Amino acid sequence: MLQRLSTYFYLRPKLVLWLLLGPPLAYMFVVYLGSLFNLLVNSFYYLEPFTGLIVREFTLSTYARIFEPANLEILSRTTIMATAVTLVDALIAFPLAYFIARYASPKLKTWLIIAVTIPLWSSYLVRVYAWKLILAKEGILSWFINLLGLNSVLDWLLSIEGIGGSSLALSPIGMFIVFAYIWLPYMILPIQTALERVPHSLVEASSDLGAKPLQTFQTVLLPLAFPGVVAGSIFTFSLTLGDFIIPLSLGNSKFFVGQAVYSYQGTAGDIPLAAAMTMGPVVIMVIYLLIARRLGAFDAL
Amino acid sequence: MTNQSMPAIKFERVSRYFGDVRAVDEADIEIRDGEFFSMLGPSGSGKTTCLRMIAGFDRPTSGHIYLYGQDVSNLPPYERDVNTVFQDYALFPHMSVADNIAYGLMVKNVAKAERIKRADEMLDLVQLSGFGARKPSQLSGGQRQRVALARALINHPKVLLLDEPLGALDLKLRQQMQIELKAIQKRVGITFIFVTHDQEEALTMSDRIALFNQGKIEQIGTPSEIYEHPISKFVANFVGTSNLVSGDVAKRITGTEITFSIRPEKIHLGSINDKAPSDSYTSDGTVRDVIYLGLYTRYHVELDGGGDLVVIEQNLKTTSMDVLKIKGQRARLHWNKEHISKMGA
Repeated sequence: MLQRLSTYFYLRPKLVLWLLLGPPLAYMFVVYLGSLFNLLVNSFYYLEPFTGLIVREFTLSTYARIFEPANLEILSRTTIMATAVTLVDALIAFPLAYFIARYASPKLKTWLIIAVTIPLWSSYLVRVYAWKLILAKEGILSWFINLLGLNSVLDWLLSIEGIGGSSLALSPIGMFIVFAYIWLPYMILPIQTALERVPHSLVEASSDLGAKPLQTFQTVLLPLAFPGVVAGSIFTFSLTLGDFIIPLSLGNSKFFVGQAVYSYQGTAGDIPLAAAMTMGPVVIMVIYLLIARRLGAFDAL
Repeated sequence: MTNQSMPAIKFERVSRYFGDVRAVDEADIEIRDGEFFSMLGPSGSGKTTCLRMIAGFDRPTSGHIYLYGQDVSNLPPYERDVNTVFQDYALFPHMSVADNIAYGLMVKNVAKAERIKRADEMLDLVQLSGFGARKPSQLSGGQRQRVALARALINHPKVLLLDEPLGALDLKLRQQMQIELKAIQKRVGITFIFVTHDQEEALTMSDRIALFNQGKIEQIGTPSEIYEHPISKFVANFVGTSNLVSGDVAKRITGTEITFSIRPEKIHLGSINDKAPSDSYTSDGTVRDVIYLGLYTRYHVELDGGGDLVVIEQNLKTTSMDVLKIKGQRARLHWNKEHISKMGA
């Protein structure tokens, strides 16, 4: 009986394919794309200010509100933060990923990858709160900076308009440090995977043909690992764009997109504006991916 | 520019250890200017390590490597006038064929117009004119091979290193490339150092061959020296096939207890009544096995009183029907005394 069933499926590979693909495809279309579509639809409704009710009529007035200075500022602040986090993560991740991919022995490699992913084992909230303590005025980082006698540097940093604050924990600098830390594994792993796929003979060939190490990096390694960098940056960039826990826990009272969405749909009950605000990061990501494609990020895939 | 009497490459007691493993063990080699030199040996014999040390990808644990008299033992690859054709070609997948070939010029900041001109010349040299705009992935294995060659030659290196470059090609293409490589080498007049584990390839192409075994060089010589006069059992067995005769059997044939090798094709298989020429060794036996291989036939002969020899004879007049009848018959083997190679025990 079982054997006949096996034979039945063996002779119908397409049926097997559909049985396997069906559930995930259904999930993706209904739950994932469906909710995105729902979001899109909601962003074209508006909240009647007097009654506080959502009017389900097509309008662009909600989108117009995004262009109010306060909301534009939130969008640009978030985008700048996401860009800074992405750039710094890429700079930190590349050498690490290169070491893991090229120089680490198989055993060391396993340990390093575990080390990179260990932070992901513990709750993200716990780690954010841990950082809050580390960055606090009386926290270990301030203590250490004090020990090094770099107090004046810290004070100077915290006095800078826009990124400073009364302590690291209450400044955008602190928020930036935590963002960069939290998303770093998502940058290291794709770059490592990309570098893993670059045959070492290409690096040798470049050097053999007279390229100095920096030239080899620019003309061979970076272009070939670029898809990995882009993949990693999609994570760090979009995760920063959408996050609301870190801006809520650290930094000053200035809003980020995630926070704004959170408060619009919560206390204000303005679902359409929250939906429209969410479309901001989506549009920014689409623009980002188009630029990445232009730069040839996906050519080597 | 280069001194005729100065060796292109000179190894002076070069060793390379990987942990406890002696990949190369006190190698002394002199490769002459303009020579087609092959490093032949089984895998793990140290030939590729030697090549990598000439290229600069690896450095000797001890000893010195000279490139036209200059000690390059500790120079990085990009400061050596040596270029390499890699086993896997190592073409840059994100660059066009022309950009790949011109890469060596680009990193030296040669002007773009000059780069394009010289890349075109190289494409002509390897008969790939018009392929410059393609990506390496759009080429066949043989074409990639030529691109790798063009790329390595564009800087006019003093020495060109080739690391089993024909290994991935099929037999027909490989034979064609062997001839072409040799022709290109004549044309450009550069010293070629060719690493291979294929003894036939080494015999076909080389001016001289170094035979590697377990990190040591067994023998250096011209193809005919290596083939006709192997100095050790290893050489006799690795290059072509050989009968090794020693002990009692050798004493019965030659009168003294020596060890010698004799190539199967040098032995004449005659009928038991044949009269052997006076300057030859002779031995009688029974044909135990006949293997017909089209171009030639291989006979396994059991000698009277012990020992056996393999004999190869071309099928000039015989057919498979004829040769198969020989099985089980008595035969007299004889060969010219000069054709044996005596070797140490």
